[in-house]
Parts: sequence; structure tokens; C-alpha cells
Amino acid sequence: MKGRSARERVPFRGTAPPRTPAARKRYLGLDRGAWFLLLPALIPILILSAGPLLYAISLAFTDSQAGRTVATQFVGFDNFADLRLDSLFWESFRIGLVWAVCVTGFQLLLALGLALLLNQNLRFRWLARTLALVPWAMPEVVVGIMWRLVYHQDAGILNKTLRQVGILSEGGNIDWLTNLSLALPAVILVGVWAGMPQTTVVLLAGLQNVPRELTEAAQLDGAGIWRRFVSVTWPAVKPVAIAITALNFIWNFNSFGLVYVLTQGGPGGQTRLPMLFAYEEAFKYGQFGYAAAMGVVMIAVIAVFLTVFLRKHLKEDPS
Amino acid sequence: MSALPPRIHLARGTGRAAQYLALLCYLVFLAFPLLWLISTSFKSPQELGRIDPTWIPQHPSLDNFREAFEAQPLARSALNSLIVAGSATLISVAIAVPAAYILVRYRSKVSSAATGWVLVSQMFPFVLVIIPLFLLLKNVHLINSLSGLIIVYVVWNLPFSLWMLQGYVKAVPVSLEEAAAMDGASRFRTLRSVVLPLLTPGLVATLMFSFVTAWNEFFFALVLLKSPENQTMSVILTRFLGAEGVADLGPLAAASVLATIPSLLFFALLQRRLAGGMLAGAVKG
Repeated sequence: MKGRSARERVPFRGTAPPRTPAARKRYLGLDRGAWFLLLPALIPILILSAGPLLYAISLAFTDSQAGRTVATQFVGFDNFADLRLDSLFWESFRIGLVWAVCVTGFQLLLALGLALLLNQNLRFRWLARTLALVPWAMPEVVVGIMWRLVYHQDAGILNKTLRQVGILSEGGNIDWLTNLSLALPAVILVGVWAGMPQTTVVLLAGLQNVPRELTEAAQLDGAGIWRRFVSVTWPAVKPVAIAITALNFIWNFNSFGLVYVLTQGGPGGQTRLPMLFAYEEAFKYGQFGYAAAMGVVMIAVIAVFLTVFLRKHLKEDPS
Repeated sequence: MSALPPRIHLARGTGRAAQYLALLCYLVFLAFPLLWLISTSFKSPQELGRIDPTWIPQHPSLDNFREAFEAQPLARSALNSLIVAGSATLISVAIAVPAAYILVRYRSKVSSAATGWVLVSQMFPFVLVIIPLFLLLKNVHLINSLSGLIIVYVVWNLPFSLWMLQGYVKAVPVSLEEAAAMDGASRFRTLRSVVLPLLTPGLVATLMFSFVTAWNEFFFALVLLKSPENQTMSVILTRFLGAEGVADLGPLAAASVLATIPSLLFFALLQRRLAGGMLAGAVKG
């Protein structure tokens, strides 16, 4: 690895080493040809991604609104002061955290289990591998619609199955997505279903790092399944698991489409994730400045969570 | 294996059984919503109105698929999705290839800043990105137009395309490029005649992945496209839901099945490359 990166740093070994400082700088940095190849990607990123983000952050400090004729004014921290007192927003934030933590956690557990199974030499493994990819390929709107059909009070399969198994009484009929206490868990289940495949695929790739002879040695020494997992398998997949969990958390916290289709944030705001709240604020009520302030708070929370999470896990790992 | 003591053999047997049981649970969990969606799409309105649904449609028919096309501009929206996802994919990959090559082969401040940005940009909530883009596109009258959405998708696809392609570029041996450079080939020439042919499998994977992402995208399309004749498939699907919950289950299910087919096809082709592509950028760094 070391030898390779050293080679990469000097891409064209055939050319003579540069003599003057200016030439050396050109050699190590980007020459004109390189800029020419890099700019087509760099310019859109700067103009349409980095620029707008800075603009959005600055909007958070203004009273910008949709369709207003009066000029937008700088209002300092007013939006954030309003946010601090906005109990609906904090409720939405709490729901967002519950959603993100639960979905990410279950995703990791279930995906790890599935990845371990797929890594075994089992029959029907191909079927599980193929099926596990389907949720990833589906548009999230379709995933939402599909689960609405499953959860549907009368025409849905879930109530019927629960009645057949005897968990629900004969006439029992739950409306999963409009029940105040069941809507959030029901939506979380969909989130786990939708996000599990990606995590499984990544963990499965990580499992290829587990040294086979170590597993076999542990087995011969009489180590049980759990012991083998804790001392051989987990240490090898841990870096990959941490990376995908951090990413999953970000994606889940910023998730929108699934819940928009499933419940539109209802019943009574029980599933109104922060993204849905900010979307309504911006494009239903036209409060761009206020919505941007919400976005800024969301970034701050993600940043804090990630720092705490990564620091904790990287500290445990001396390497 | 036969040298193992019998106790371990026995433990293996029950272990295997437990593994198959767990696998079965996963299969059921993954498959049952899909089967239900397909089953629903073939059911008649009378059957869907009944309180006691069955897995197998009693009188399976294709009526729902026909009705789906009549209820909403489904064909038009499929064409819109194809145009938007197709152009956005081609443009973003076309500009990502040279950039990925430079980012991998030249270690400079610009390269590390760009790579850092690719990662950081994943962190921002879409709502924060969409507000300024909305205002920007409104100023140039590209709201409610497919071109506006294509521009947004190009930028939104770029980070991931760059990330995947970097992994593939790293796998191309440097010695070949050195040889080309010795022969006096320019940077561009080297990229086109030496790197690009070797990059083809990775390029195809990136193209397909990027297409599926754009085809499936919902949030930006929802915000930016207003009139039905301009909307993409994801947005049109939500129109089936109506104002008060699910109005017409059959056509809704049928349209959903249709909207999934292109993505599924691409993913079936991609299957083997997915893990590699996701990890290539990370592991080979």
C-alpha cells in the first residue's frame, strides 16, 4: 500500500524531475491540462452546490419569504430565537431523532444478521441475495405505496395475517398509519425494510476481511458461535460497520419521501420528521428564511451526533 | 471435517437448522410486501373492496394497468423520467470521469478539498439545498421545466459518481499511463486512449447506478415540477393517492409495479458490482 501511494504521487515517472521551484510546483500541483479536465465538474459543484449552501445558511439570518415584493431583510438570530420557542419544531425534532436512531439501529442489527447468513454456504442464498437488493432498487415512493397497501385497514395483508395467527381478535382491524401510538413504529419498520439492503451489501463486503483461518482455529479451540463472533468476526467488520452506520444515520435523519407518502407526517404530527416540517414551512407557507434556519439546526445536530459517535468508536479502536 | 468430535457435528446440525430458519424469516420479511403489491395490482375493484383479502387474486386481470394509464398521464411521466434521468446521468458521468481521474492521479490541495467536499455534501439536508436552488432556478425561469431538474440532478449525482469512479480509476495501473506519457501523449489523450478503455466496466456501473438514483428521486422533482405534464413518475405516483388517503388501490398498485421495472432491470445487471463500487472509493484509498 505504501509503495503504491508513493508511486501515485509521482504520476509520470518517465519525465525528468523538475529543476526550478516554479516547475516543481506545477509538477506536484495541477498543471493547465489537469485544470482543464477538473473544471467541468468543479464549476457546477461550486455554483450549484457549495454556493447555494452558503446562500442557504445566509438565508437563515433573513426574513426571506416566497412571492414577496418587499426586499428581504437581515434579521440576525431572530429565526433561531423563534425556533427555540417553536414547540412543534422541537416535537418534530424529537420524532426525527427517534426515527433516525431506531431505523439506523435496527438496520445495522438486521443487516448484520443477514450478511452473516449470506456469508455462510447455505442453499437459497442466491434468492436472499437477489431479494435483498430489491428494496434498494425501488423508488422510495413505490416503497411507501407498497407498505400503505400492506398496512391498509381492510384490503391490507397485515391485519388479515395477524387475525389468522390469532394476535388480533376475529373482528380486530387496526388502522396502522392513523393510530397515534402505532404510526411511528409502523413507519420505522418501513424505514428499516427500505434501508437494510444497502447496509447488508456493505457489511457482506466487509465480512470478506474476516480471516478464514482465524475462524477455523477458534472453532477447533471449541469457541462457540457467540465467542467466535465477538473475538474474530466483529473486530474485522467493525470499521465498515461504523462507516455505514454513520452514513445511515445521516441519510435517515434527512429522509423525506417514505414518510411523505406513508402518512404525510400525520396522525397529529406523530410522524412529522424535521425534513417534512421544513418542507411544509418552505413550500407550503413560503417561509424560506425560517425553513433555512431549521436546516441549519439539523446540520448542527447531525454534526454533533457524528462527532460524538465517531469519537467514541474511534477511541475504542487504538489503530 | 470428519475428524471433529461428534458433539460438534450435532451442534452443527442444529446450528444449520437455526440458520435456515433465520434465512426463511428474512426471505418472508423481504418478499411479502412485494408479493402483496403484485397481487393487489391484479385484483378487481370489487375484490379490493372486500374486508377479507386473499393472497391470490380471484379473477386476475390487467384492467388496473389500463386504468392507471387513463387516470394519470403515466406514459408522459415515464418519458419525462427517462429524459431527466438519462440526460442527467450522461452529463454528470461525462464530467465526473476526467475529474475523478485528476483527483486520483494528482495529489494537490484542490484534490483533497474536492474529495472532502464530496463527503461533506452528503451531510446536508436536502431542504437546505433546495431553497436556494429554487430561488436560483426561478430567477432564470427554469422552475417547472425538465431542464431545471436535469441541472439539479447533475449536481446532485456528481459526488457519488466521482466517489465511485475514483475507486475504479485507482485500479487502473499507472505504468500504462507512464508509457503513454513517455510517448508524448497529452493528459487528455492519455485519459481517452489509455484510461477510458480500462475504465469501461466501472463506467457502465456508475452510469446505471446514477440513472437509477435519478429515476427514483422524489423530493427535488416534487418541489420543482408543478404541472402534471412535466412531472416525473415518482411525483405522478403520489397523485394516485388523492387528497384523502388511497382512492383507487388497483391502478395505484399497477402504476407502482410499472415504475419499478426499469430500476429493477438495471439493478439486476448491476448486482455483482454494487458492493465493489460502494467500497472501492473507501477501501483502496
